[in-house]
Amino acid sequence: MRSVLYVLSFLALIALGFWAYRENYATQAALKEVEALQSQIVGLHEALTVQKAEWAYLNRPDRLRDLATANFDRLGLLPMEPSQFGTAAQVAYPRPKLPDISFTQDVRGTITGEAEGL
Amino acid sequence: MRTPLRPLARVLQARQEGLNPDSIEKENLKLRHDALREKSRGRAQFRMLILCASFVMAFGTIGARMGLMAATEPTEPRARATGAEIIAQRADITDRNGRVLATNMATHALYAHPKDMVDPKGTAQKLAELFPELDAKALERRFTDGRRFVWIRKVLSPEQMQKVHEIGDPGLLFGPREMRLYPNGTLAAHILGGSSFGAEGVHSAEVIGVAGIEKAMDARLRDPAQGGKPLTLSIDLTLQSATEEVLASGMTMLNAKGATAILMDARTGEILTMASLPTFDPNDRPNPLADPNAEPGDSPLFNRAVQGVYELGSTFKIFATAQALELGLLQPDSMVDANAPMQWGRHRISEFEGKNYGPLLSVTDVIAKSSNVGTAHIALMIGALRQQAFLKSLGFFEPTSVELIEAPGARPLIPRRWPEIVTITASYGHGLSASPLHLAVAYAAIANGGVAIKPTLLKREGPTTGVRVMSETTAYESVRMLRRVVTEGTASLGEVPGYEVAGKTGTADKPKRTGGYYEDKVVNTFAAVFPASNPQYVLVVTLDEPQDDTLSQPRRTAGWTAVPVAAEIIRRVAPLMGLRPKLEPVVVDAVTAASN
Repeated sequence: MRSVLYVLSFLALIALGFWAYRENYATQAALKEVEALQSQIVGLHEALTVQKAEWAYLNRPDRLRDLATANFDRLGLLPMEPSQFGTAAQVAYPRPKLPDISFTQDVRGTITGEAEGL
Repeated sequence: MRTPLRPLARVLQARQEGLNPDSIEKENLKLRHDALREKSRGRAQFRMLILCASFVMAFGTIGARMGLMAATEPTEPRARATGAEIIAQRADITDRNGRVLATNMATHALYAHPKDMVDPKGTAQKLAELFPELDAKALERRFTDGRRFVWIRKVLSPEQMQKVHEIGDPGLLFGPREMRLYPNGTLAAHILGGSSFGAEGVHSAEVIGVAGIEKAMDARLRDPAQGGKPLTLSIDLTLQSATEEVLASGMTMLNAKGATAILMDARTGEILTMASLPTFDPNDRPNPLADPNAEPGDSPLFNRAVQGVYELGSTFKIFATAQALELGLLQPDSMVDANAPMQWGRHRISEFEGKNYGPLLSVTDVIAKSSNVGTAHIALMIGALRQQAFLKSLGFFEPTSVELIEAPGARPLIPRRWPEIVTITASYGHGLSASPLHLAVAYAAIANGGVAIKPTLLKREGPTTGVRVMSETTAYESVRMLRRVVTEGTASLGEVPGYEVAGKTGTADKPKRTGGYYEDKVVNTFAAVFPASNPQYVLVVTLDEPQDDTLSQPRRTAGWTAVPVAAEIIRRVAPLMGLRPKLEPVVVDAVTAASN
């Protein structure tokens, strides 16, 4: 009986050892992956800040003003003026949709008005 | 082996010799005790030794670990429970609409390990060619005098780094750096201030603010608990840019030495633009002036809006009339004595160019015509104590609380004693000096219906509360008087169609360093409130030593210098803020035709 217990516990020990060994390596692999991902995040984050800075640099008001002046022929941009404010009344109503009259239409009946001289 | 206490051989021998055999037992017992004691002593000593060793080992381990942790560079933990948050070392600064004013960029610093160098002389030569500020000889000396470590440059651009790589010496090394970048260049330079490196290591360096809001809010910007959340200012980048453009052209046209403009929301105290010229680039902050005799105002680093403590002249007159109305001493149409010149003791108070607006002038006209004598009489009615208390409540006795490191140092200059002549001169803005920001804060109190506000450069959420310093009626009447200054008074060039500008001009002679005043050097100020029917914004424009030379005689009054500049700023800035002009819009034919 006792020897069976010994054998069983020895086998359990081997199994646990094997499990721990695998877990250890799985953990190491996961940590390595996290590290790789984190360095990737850092890299992307750095790229993002550089691009944000570049966006801000390219959109700085001085440069936009110079560009607007240089391309005045095409864009015709001027500083905003008080006279550019409009009122709602100035906005045109959408035109009413006219029925299509490109084809002839049959009309039946008599024109009474004309007959009676109205 | 255990020795018996009474060995038979010795007992028998002792009996034969007639000795007491008990002594043998005693002797043996003693020997046995001695041996026992010796043994237990040895054991105790051994235990002590073990204990001692384990203590030494335990504390040694802890000490070694502590030493190791202190000596090594910090690293990120390898595994973290929550999502990895990689944040910038220093938070960004943005304007009120989230446009970037200051951000960080990863760059590299250049250092050298001369011991690892293959060709110190050639390397020094090539580095000096690459960076003109380095001296080849000095660099070579530093590479060859036996030191192990040399800093070469704090920041490298990527192109420069590539070129250093191409030198290809193994002794040249790069350390990562986070660099502060101000993408808009000189824009809002005085607000941002600038930054530099604090404690430096090979693998990282502290970025610290050196001036402006970067220094004033340094702790907030570096606080890791904020998680890199950007600091949102009340500044609007577009408005700031338009203001600086107009101000710079105005300064050039009027030959002024310096200029400043502050645009403030009258209800919240948020500063929308704050410009000070001449300006500088915070990316490459110039050094302070070395000459101790130079005026601080000559340095481009000087923020005129906050640090420029000037006598603000007639812009103060509205405070005297507002207080008189508030105290019920006068009504806007009450007549006051304005017979110039006025003699007060040894002093003679006269009007601009020796005019006389008197003998009597209504309170509204005192403001519209900017009568010194009229204001002097009003101030005498109020009295010194009440005048001081009122000016104090408007914030003229304390530095402003704006979030700039320069603000607490810019203390207004107040006369120590307050005799009646000071009451008179203070009423028209002479004898006491304050910054344009002080003036903007005081005008904001008039504009917003009589509540003193605190100026701020940070975007405010929700309404603000303040102490009431005058009734709504007084504030309303004061704005109406200021409107009269523009419609028919000294600031007629300040009219911007549709925006009902109300304001007050101020021209003050510049004081000499040696005492007295310059004849031909003035500081011109225009403090404006708009739109007058529902005041929302305060604009203060100050020009330092301007002069209008378009006519044969040079003109130096604010009405000809600061007022047109302010009007142009309002014309440019008000539409950008979405402020609708009170105008009948021009009806365009093509548009109306479509509505039929």
